[in-house]
Amino acid sequence: MTGIPPADRVGAADTPGRSAEAARGEEPGMVEEPGMVEVVRAGALTTVQDLGRPGWAHLGVPRSGALDPSALRLANRLVGNPETAAGLEITLTGCGLRFRGATTVAVTGADVPVRVNDRPGDVGRPLAVPAGAVLRVGPPRTGLRSWLAVAGGFAVEPVLGSRATDTLSGLGPPLLRDGDRLPVGVPAGPPAPVDATATVPTPAEVRLALRLGPRADWFTPLALELLLGTAYTLTPLSNRIGVRLSGAPLPRAVVGELPSEGLVLGAVQVPADGQPLVFLADHPTTGGYPVVGVVVDVTPLAQARPGTTVRFHGSQR
Amino acid sequence: MRIRPAGAHALLLDCSDADADADADADADAATFDANVDDTADTEHGDAGRAAATVVADRVEAWRAELWRRREQGDLDAVEIVPAASTVLLDGLSDPAHTAALLNDWAPTPISTGTASTGTTNTGTTNTGTISTGAVEVPVIYDGVDLATVAGHWKVDVTAVVRRLTATEFRVAFCGFAPGFAYLIGLAAGLGVPRLSTPRPRVPAGSVGLAGPYAGIYPTASPGGWLLVGRTDLPLFDVHADPPARLAPGTRVRLVAA
Repeated sequence: MTGIPPADRVGAADTPGRSAEAARGEEPGMVEEPGMVEVVRAGALTTVQDLGRPGWAHLGVPRSGALDPSALRLANRLVGNPETAAGLEITLTGCGLRFRGATTVAVTGADVPVRVNDRPGDVGRPLAVPAGAVLRVGPPRTGLRSWLAVAGGFAVEPVLGSRATDTLSGLGPPLLRDGDRLPVGVPAGPPAPVDATATVPTPAEVRLALRLGPRADWFTPLALELLLGTAYTLTPLSNRIGVRLSGAPLPRAVVGELPSEGLVLGAVQVPADGQPLVFLADHPTTGGYPVVGVVVDVTPLAQARPGTTVRFHGSQR
Repeated sequence: MRIRPAGAHALLLDCSDADADADADADADAATFDANVDDTADTEHGDAGRAAATVVADRVEAWRAELWRRREQGDLDAVEIVPAASTVLLDGLSDPAHTAALLNDWAPTPISTGTASTGTTNTGTTNTGTISTGAVEVPVIYDGVDLATVAGHWKVDVTAVVRRLTATEFRVAFCGFAPGFAYLIGLAAGLGVPRLSTPRPRVPAGSVGLAGPYAGIYPTASPGGWLLVGRTDLPLFDVHADPPARLAPGTRVRLVAA
């Protein structure tokens, strides 16, 4: 009931908002719609994301949304979208998209190779895409995830006010697959001026400010010393729900079970094995293991590959 | 009630801690919550022996209703108000320190602790997500594969298990695990059952199960370790409905025989 659930929880059968699926019913290539994008290569894990669906946690609905909301916001500004528009979150292996009509796109996040047909493009700048052109986002040189915005945004059906794919609950559109067609909305206006750094260098070591609580008192003083004083390694058992860390196990002062309680983004939960995990956007709404502290800003973890060193430090009060 | 820090934008109201008030006796029960979860005592207790989890859940429910009401009035800027087993999480606060100060001046109205005869606990409040009259009746076909196991824990026969479950008025203590999954409280103390030591890889949607002090219904198929007593066709979560969850926190529920 707690912690990161098994992978078979991901992608429930009755997933609403399957606009791409509906579109697939058409004869391929028969309808020339400018507001449509064809997925030439979906990659290992590409999802539609916006700023998520906060406000439903009391019904067991996770917040979801882009793992680095500021990167998605920037991509949207670069193409003239409201910051709340839906883009794509592209993980590690990249993806390829064919655009029916001429448009403008922008890629932010990890340092990735970008090409529009044969023309190289830059991360963090608006890119003109001619009608029929293919945009290819390659695997990142450093980092893990990219966000792609298109003028008008991806206009899949919203679910509870959000177009985000929630990999825990299965709400929102399904993971992208080769051959999917995604609807694109009407461009809202001219691009906004660029006012932020496009890419952030990915350090070999991620340092995270941590505020202790709500259950720091369930751990021994030694546990808090270890948590704030030793290095942890990000394990491959990490995804949009959370990142699992390995390192010094954190000894408990209080034994026994914690009744389930509400979880926040960035909560550092410590399961029975004493190895901490940090919850990200698709985290469950409640959990039954004690939360020793809360990471102030989890966005650096959006770019942290397995093997990355993670250090926690006490936040300024 | 104790306020625990939960990061830069959240507070956790802990309703299990001892208050210096009339609930002191109940808190002694609360301390034994863990022992009671898997308790398989063979007798039903009177009100003095109400499940400790229920006593804490009543306090959580009182705070949940109060905080939803305060937010509706504009006194509270929380984006999320999330009740759970013994806590209420307030998330998305612009100023947690300010909210903590407010909380110290607020006192929820204790809710009635009886069952059907006491009626709704939220009369006079608005938009709490609860029904104002009556309980949601969930039609259940009592043919679960674990009925005999539950009967063994309760030291009664299967007929008596079904009779107890249909006679109980439950209340949604909180939601979690999956969208629309409600933790239903209301079973008498001593009727808690353990979970399976190995969860089933797939529990069908609509399955009604028991675990610890709770009853619950799986809204969608998922892995799960609760003891299954029956099933229902009632849709529990629909993104096109308002509210999307049929069983929101505070809702009173009856698991009637279909």
